Amino acid sequence: MAIRVFHFILLFLSFTNLTYSLYEDQVGLMDWHQKYIGKVKHAVFHTQKTGRKRVLVSTEENVVASLDLRHGEIFWRHVLGTNDVIDGLDIALGKYVITLSSDGSILRAWNLPDGQMVWESSLPGSKASKSILNIPKNLKADKDDLILVYSKGSLNAVSGVDGEVLWKKDFADESIEVSHIIQSSDVIYVAGFVGSSKIHVYGLNAKSGELLDKNHAALPSGTFGELLSVSGDTFVVLDEMRSKIVIIHLKNGEISYNQKHISDLTEDIAGQAVILPSRLPGMFALNINSYVLLIKVTNQGELVLVDKVNNGAAVSDSLSISEDEHAFAFVHYGDNKIHLSVKNVNDWNHDLLKESIVIEHQRGKIDKIFVNNYVRTDRSHGFRALMVMEDHSLLLVQQGEIVWSREDGLASVVDVTTSELPVQKEGVSVAKVEQNLFEWLKGHMLKLKGTLMIASPDDLAAIQALRLRSSEKSKMTRDHNGFRKLLIVLTRAGKVFALHTGDGRVVWSILLPSLRKSEACENPVGLHIYQWQVPHHHALDENPSVLVVGRCGPSLSAPTVLSFIDAYTGMELKSLSPAHTAAQVIPLPHTDSTEQRLHLIIDDNQHAYLYPRTPEAIDILKHEFSNVYWYSVDADNGVIRGHALKSNCVQEAVDEYCFDFRDLWSVVFPSESEKIIATMTRKPNEVVHTQAKVMTDYDVMYKYISKNLLFVANAAPKAAGEIGTVIPEEAWLVIYILDTVTGRILHRMTHNGCQGPVHAVFSENWVVYHYFNLRAHRYEMSVVEIYDQSRADNKDVWRFVLGKHNLTSPISSYSRPEVIAKSQSYFFTHSVKAIEVTSTAKGITSKQLLIGTIGDQVLALDKRFLDPRRTVNPSQAEKEDGIIPLTDSLPIIPQSYITHALKVEGLRGIVTVPAKLESTSLVFVYGVDLFFTQIAPSRTYDSLTEDFSYALLLLTIVALVAAIFVTWVLSERKDLQDKWR
Amino acid sequence: MDKGKGVMPSNGRRWAVDFSDNSTSPSSRDVPDPPGFSRASIDQDDSTLSRQKKDAESNWKAQKAWEVAQAPFKNLLMMGFMMWMAGSTVHLFSIGITFSALWQPISALQSVGKIFEPYKDSRVELLGPKLLFIALNLGGLALGVWKLNALGLLPTHTSDWVSSLPPAQEVEYSGGGLNLS
Repeated sequence: MAIRVFHFILLFLSFTNLTYSLYEDQVGLMDWHQKYIGKVKHAVFHTQKTGRKRVLVSTEENVVASLDLRHGEIFWRHVLGTNDVIDGLDIALGKYVITLSSDGSILRAWNLPDGQMVWESSLPGSKASKSILNIPKNLKADKDDLILVYSKGSLNAVSGVDGEVLWKKDFADESIEVSHIIQSSDVIYVAGFVGSSKIHVYGLNAKSGELLDKNHAALPSGTFGELLSVSGDTFVVLDEMRSKIVIIHLKNGEISYNQKHISDLTEDIAGQAVILPSRLPGMFALNINSYVLLIKVTNQGELVLVDKVNNGAAVSDSLSISEDEHAFAFVHYGDNKIHLSVKNVNDWNHDLLKESIVIEHQRGKIDKIFVNNYVRTDRSHGFRALMVMEDHSLLLVQQGEIVWSREDGLASVVDVTTSELPVQKEGVSVAKVEQNLFEWLKGHMLKLKGTLMIASPDDLAAIQALRLRSSEKSKMTRDHNGFRKLLIVLTRAGKVFALHTGDGRVVWSILLPSLRKSEACENPVGLHIYQWQVPHHHALDENPSVLVVGRCGPSLSAPTVLSFIDAYTGMELKSLSPAHTAAQVIPLPHTDSTEQRLHLIIDDNQHAYLYPRTPEAIDILKHEFSNVYWYSVDADNGVIRGHALKSNCVQEAVDEYCFDFRDLWSVVFPSESEKIIATMTRKPNEVVHTQAKVMTDYDVMYKYISKNLLFVANAAPKAAGEIGTVIPEEAWLVIYILDTVTGRILHRMTHNGCQGPVHAVFSENWVVYHYFNLRAHRYEMSVVEIYDQSRADNKDVWRFVLGKHNLTSPISSYSRPEVIAKSQSYFFTHSVKAIEVTSTAKGITSKQLLIGTIGDQVLALDKRFLDPRRTVNPSQAEKEDGIIPLTDSLPIIPQSYITHALKVEGLRGIVTVPAKLESTSLVFVYGVDLFFTQIAPSRTYDSLTEDFSYALLLLTIVALVAAIFVTWVLSERKDLQDKWR
Repeated sequence: MDKGKGVMPSNGRRWAVDFSDNSTSPSSRDVPDPPGFSRASIDQDDSTLSRQKKDAESNWKAQKAWEVAQAPFKNLLMMGFMMWMAGSTVHLFSIGITFSALWQPISALQSVGKIFEPYKDSRVELLGPKLLFIALNLGGLALGVWKLNALGLLPTHTSDWVSSLPPAQEVEYSGGGLNLS
């Protein structure tokens, strides 16, 4: 019947729609792409000589980038791999950017103007150690400019021209923790600690690396923290009690030291002292409580307290402004403002610059500051400061104003959820419509011209501009198709942003006070973001809200932080610091009368706490008490346990929102042969349209659709590491599909000679997973579809006609339906970073897999390619049903990259959200970059395309009506004449 | 006529001839019949003539009605041939053929009365032709339905009934997973 017609249409579409692609002029219409760099770690300004106003930065997202100082735009950018952490950044020879990364084992030179890589050399070593990049000025060995790198327990001298290692000195046997490289004419001194109190100094020949002399001295006590270089040969360090400052002189390899009590310098401040790592010639900064002490080291080795700043925030490194003048910047807070001072190191009483800046409260404190100077037209020095804020954003301050800012916190998105926009209010002003009427007509005339192909190139450009800045898509109200939403993202800095899906702008942002560093919360981390309240029926006048779950520190036992945020305004509604911890958060499928979703937070002692803490919530939970289950995956021990709610907690303090669990079942995997490497469940909000799958011969297979399914992938313990570490005989992959209510294993399959990493996606009744096949040396993707056999005998048509079937009555996992699984595997070319599946409002539209490839692009692959029914020679009927002949590998069609020409650097996750329009799914991809687009896996069969010419339609209708009228009049007249004849 | 007379004076009309008046009594007329005209002879002549004529006509009508009743048979053959030509796959042509095959008998059945209207006569037995006509059209309809089924457009399979059934609700709910990290 209709199914057949539908299949026919699908078949028709399948020929036209094998590739999802867009035209060149459609780029940017529905998608947006934002480039970020992440939290800046190092910044190096171009010197005056290089002329261009640029700054080089390296960030915590392993990005090296060159930024324009005028607008903050990225000139060039390289995103290194996730394990390729940048340790050092500097400029060599005035034309190369040198980066040291991967624990000091990779040294790279990039061309300064365009960022092309010039050379790369690897510096292997066995010992893990601190890595130091030192680019001495005017140190040459056989005309080569040297770059000194200490890494992996050895000192390397690398040629700046071609990256060749000229000499190498191994310190691996010396058990020395090298912390400084000092260069004086032809001798290089390497200083470091052995233990915490013995300081060793080695003198090396700069040209050959030959060991010249060796010296050591024992300090009277241990030390705390890092050794800080004050001038060429003077160092300061704190002693282990953090009460004394030890000053160490290394004069030509000789070590001498003296020490001084901090209390001698200042009497009224007591507390734990920390030396700030700012490099100032002849000075250093000491942080005690909220005070920053600036202490000068005289040539005689005496310490003089120069200044004491309350509420000090950050101190920059020094900057040489002329021959022997050095300036540095420091900021402190006061009167809701930030006071930036630039001072000359030698002339303390004179301020080179003093400015007050107002910075948005939502940016938090200043984390780091980098200062740079420029020569004004009157030959005086001007200064600009680059500030890294607590929310990881980057600001450039010049002349007391913020010149530009970058929201680089968005490069480290942790979790994403969405919210609807407010409903449009009644009463749109007429004036606005009238004003736009002419524009509207003009736009449509242009479009009409385009359709009729009579548009000039200028007109075409105007059409394109009109389409791109269509104000419709960035409105702040809900639209009919559900394309406009708010993407609410939580970043690693603890800041929550709301991005508009239309153009990607930040609608609001909030630096959560509860996730800021404080004494009570040392290392706050944002974990997840949940939809807390989604009003649609009963509580439409209330704003939706989201729940942010955070934790003070990485361990499970760290205190929990809960924060509730209004999704429209970005205000924190309330924040809680409950006494229990949060190991898991389970959003329940029930909501209370104000549409607040019930959540169970499980602590590390296996108690469950119900939120919201209202009596109504308890009533709802009591009602569903026996149907709420919980499972925990213990990946370390290879155990999956199932639990059920038992009773209220037995504790001293009575808490009726606290519940105990009883253990129901456990699945213990043999630890000698299996290790859990990946788990996956269905998305809780996924909508499935039908439970039946129709086969070619009108037969029906019933899908086993349960939300309580868990996909588990186990690898051989030996093969749990990287690819290439084991031989195929030692590697296997075992996959399970479990029912998480009863603990029943529905399906188990072993892939011999295969290993992880496994990326999986679970949707409806199928799982698709990606892994590596060691025997074939290729990646593979497999699909497993689960069908319910116990329903298969529902074959009598008359029972359906009369409605006498029980296929839609509620089912229990305890009924233990008999299931069968069908699976098939295919080769796949790419390695994969993330897999997701499209989701639509009603689940009718066919699905596409979205594969985040290693090239940081997103590939859309029809689910039809992963169908266990595929055979080498499908029959005619099967072909009509859209079954593709089986091939050994999945095709990669270049047009089906939904990111088209763009790259989402450092891709980490893909989120799909259904639009209200059934055909369309919204896709948000995050990594270092952000990307958003809409995709229609079966094309937009339920709406006209965006470039549909309504004017043409209108014109046609008018013409038709006119024609009808004219012909009617003519025919009437003719009739009359006929009658008279 | 009475009415005509009544209003005559007021209209100022002097005389009127009613052509529709065919009463035999000349006394009721103002104007006498023309000489040589006999009303009675016409009527007599007419009745004998018309009887013969009517017999012929009813025969002719009966014959015609049977013909009309058999007409769908040709149509049926034609339709069968077209259907065979259309094949068994669903496409525009076959759907068009099938729907016209369904529509023709239905519209014919709806207008059975109208089709046999011209042959309606008290002396003509129309039941037979009508029944044949209906039977043939039902045959055509059956052919259409059979074709529809052959194309797979009839809900005769389980799949047609379950394909839109939503998945059954689950009683239990389970959540959890790896610990948050």
